[in-house]
Amino acid sequence: MAEFKLPANSRVVEGKVFQAPQGAKNVRRFKVYRWEPDSGSNPRMDVYEVDLDTCGPMVLDALIKIKNEIDSTLTFRRSCREGICGSCAMNIDGTNTLACTKAIEDVKAREVAIYPLPHMPVVKDLVPDLTHFYAQLASVKPWMQTQTPPPPDKERLQSREDRAQLDGLYECILCACCSTACPSYWWNGDRYLGPAVLLQAYRWIADSRDEATGERLDALEDPFKLYRCHTIMNCANTCPKGLNPGKAIAEIKRLLVMRR
Amino acid sequence: MSLRTPLSRAKGLGSAKDGVHHWWIERLTAVALVPLYIWFVWGLISHAGADYETVAAWIGSPVTAVLLVLLLAVTFHHAQLGMQVVYEDYIHTEWLKLTSIVLTKFIAYVLAAAGIFAVLRVAFGG
Repeated sequence: MAEFKLPANSRVVEGKVFQAPQGAKNVRRFKVYRWEPDSGSNPRMDVYEVDLDTCGPMVLDALIKIKNEIDSTLTFRRSCREGICGSCAMNIDGTNTLACTKAIEDVKAREVAIYPLPHMPVVKDLVPDLTHFYAQLASVKPWMQTQTPPPPDKERLQSREDRAQLDGLYECILCACCSTACPSYWWNGDRYLGPAVLLQAYRWIADSRDEATGERLDALEDPFKLYRCHTIMNCANTCPKGLNPGKAIAEIKRLLVMRR
Repeated sequence: MSLRTPLSRAKGLGSAKDGVHHWWIERLTAVALVPLYIWFVWGLISHAGADYETVAAWIGSPVTAVLLVLLLAVTFHHAQLGMQVVYEDYIHTEWLKLTSIVLTKFIAYVLAAAGIFAVLRVAFGG
């Protein structure tokens, strides 16, 4: 039933300390979760002392500097370094966010603690396995479904007001910060779709050009897929893009009551 | 080991096409309980220290009896709906989850019936 401790091979132990170079004046300690599937050893927290005078301002800059100059075995995802690809989502200073848009100076704790996204299987170090998350996204068919054929000579039209319905939804970059911050997703993520996927589902329900609203609501009306949301609102608190998945979920629930 | 695709796993058994009723009734009963409990607490306070006959007469009066029956029915209906959600959240052993839900529903309805019977007995004498 309930498990109150991590399995013995998952408990996090102290790791190595990489000292700052001689003469570094502006040193910040980064405590980073490390785990390799091949070694068979427990996860550990390695400490890297980084000279901020020769480092960019964001946490991702520090991670790249660590990988380039201190320890090339450190593994993490990153791509755009400007908060639009969602690759570098991780847990920094206790909150899920994007390493590329999180300023080092905004971290209040003395040490900058960095973990992978919570409650996901870990592939290596800061890389979580998001296979199930992406499969859940695919399951809500996040593309336009229509019966009416498109006009032969132009795109499907949408009024300005209808387009405005997608504001606060289309900006989602699917970084998975919200879903992996949600306790309901931690406990029942096998069946609960989670805030990110439900926001994406609502993005298509709210799209005036889509003609499958009823089928979409049918597919969501389920005690586990949708109704595990108990408005805990960690999703809105943690979203690095400032979106509110909780509101999108509430809209889905509202529509389900309205169509009764 | 399973060679199911991730999509097959994510889709699982599909939508139950159910849940909105449970959710809506939980909210509806919650709203109904707000005035019922304000009235109930007010009733208890205003009868603090009163003797047995006075309280029995109050419970037996038509308005009080009807409101008490409603309060008991709605309270236990709401309680079993809410407990079911808690079990579904936290219990991951299937037989234990089902047993807990069924037992809680049975106990809730037994308690509601007993409470309502007590109110009616006071109201109609016996």
